[in-house]
Amino acid sequence: MSRDMYDLIGLIAGICFILALKGLSSPKSARRGNLIGALGATIATIIVFFYANDGKALNNQPLILGAIAFGVLVGVPAARKVQMTQMPQLVALFNGVGGGAAALVAIVEYLKLGEGATAAQVVATVFTVIVGSVSFSGSIVTFLKLQELMTTRPVILPFGRQLIALSAISVLATGGWVIASGGTSPLLINALLSLVFGILFVLPVGGADVPIVISLLNAFTGLTVAASGYVLENTMLIIAGTLVGASGTILTRLMAQAMGRSLFGTLFGAFTAKASAGSDAAEARPVKSGSPDDVAILLNYAQRVVIVPGFGLAVAQAQHTVRELADLLSSKGVDVAYGIHPVAGRMPGHMNVLLAEANVPYEQLVEMEEINPTFPQTDVVLVVGANDVVNPAAKTTPGCPIYGMPILDVDKAGNVIFLKRSMRPGFAGIENELLYDAKTTLLFGDAKDSLTKVVSALKAL
Amino acid sequence: MSTEIMSTELALLAIFLLSIFVGFEVVSKVSTTLHTPLMSGANAIHGVILVGAIIVADHSKTTLELTLSTIAIVLATINMVGGFVVTDRMLQMFKGKPKEKKQSDEAGGQNK
Repeated sequence: MSRDMYDLIGLIAGICFILALKGLSSPKSARRGNLIGALGATIATIIVFFYANDGKALNNQPLILGAIAFGVLVGVPAARKVQMTQMPQLVALFNGVGGGAAALVAIVEYLKLGEGATAAQVVATVFTVIVGSVSFSGSIVTFLKLQELMTTRPVILPFGRQLIALSAISVLATGGWVIASGGTSPLLINALLSLVFGILFVLPVGGADVPIVISLLNAFTGLTVAASGYVLENTMLIIAGTLVGASGTILTRLMAQAMGRSLFGTLFGAFTAKASAGSDAAEARPVKSGSPDDVAILLNYAQRVVIVPGFGLAVAQAQHTVRELADLLSSKGVDVAYGIHPVAGRMPGHMNVLLAEANVPYEQLVEMEEINPTFPQTDVVLVVGANDVVNPAAKTTPGCPIYGMPILDVDKAGNVIFLKRSMRPGFAGIENELLYDAKTTLLFGDAKDSLTKVVSALKAL
Repeated sequence: MSTEIMSTELALLAIFLLSIFVGFEVVSKVSTTLHTPLMSGANAIHGVILVGAIIVADHSKTTLELTLSTIAIVLATINMVGGFVVTDRMLQMFKGKPKEKKQSDEAGGQNK
């Protein structure tokens, strides 16, 4: 296959990717878009076999086919079997291995080019190795966080800032070393330091912000693919990688906006929170925080209770406990329903799937449009780990990041109870006025712990 | 000769810059419900680094090169194939709310 022919078919694959992203942007065409993307990727993979070695069978072809088969055997069952609630971490993992693959491709190509590499190719190689390695190790950490193999809370190491700054400087310095003097060992040292930086970079991010970080790392990986495309002079890789890099960047911003956070606040929030904790306390307005017993009493004497679940419920894996609470209230004659916001949990259907796992009766799950008119007749709303989806600022504050987003009108109910981990100091985005409202009670702590305490308090009543 | 190399580089730069704009434009308006599937789909697309991994595996000479490129193929395949499958599964949840489903079923029945 000639170079021109290869590039031409590669261009078709590139167009498939554009159509895929376009399709994925709208609910009706999303599934078709994904299939078009898969078609493009399949075309791109098949034609390289006819091009890479001038039409002859590839060197190491059995090994290459075996490796692909092995990858399929690992990837497909993982994607098929994963529970709906665990999808974000699987995407993180897939993204990480993609970044790792890009870094490895760049390293191998660098070994092959040796002295023959142009300055621009060396720069692109160093970029791919750094960003690919950061994406790899960072994604692994996000996976571990979401899979709860480690704490989901921000991890703040002693001298965390200094450590991150130090590792960033050493990554850039060794990168410069590779560009200036070349050589395999400096490149490998650079890769190792980048892996360390990736870990330090993601550790301080809290569980609820992790999806934004995954999206950011996803954009990073796209750019590394584009850079390896440059090193390999492969236009299809440049198109695909750049598309993902650009759309991923926009998407990261959109996600941060939808969650009411600035990207900077997401990445460095844990540090600013620590630094400004004192001043926050000084400025803090009075909030009413209650004990599990207070909450139990409110719930016990209510006629109608609506539970609003959010990402905090998923993070705390509290779906079984919340169902226990709902069952207990039902047995006491309280009318219980769940108000499901479409965006709650940052994944379509996240809350439905999570609660279905705990065998919550389907008829108790009420969509936003149907539950909103019932809030004025509701005595108590129990907000479990949700915030933005009940924030009245979306209606009252033009110009705030979530302005215009439809919300659950929990402020119309008689009482509102928020189960929150904290007031989230350093939260640069939007304040939730509802937290300071006279009818609001706050119960601080992990959602699961808090619910367990409320359940036992309720039983004691 | 040198002008020829220059034009290749320029062509690659043009492709890169135009792709940035297409990438920006294509996702500028996305409803929040689609953020995760879109991220997952884009994630699968960058799995085509598999093509790069195959190219470097083809011209790998030393054991080190071959080992690294084989690992790269495995990782890239997992990213690409797994990515598209998991995105499709996510999007299956978009079949619509029961009500809409009934309506579309009725419409489908009428067409038949």
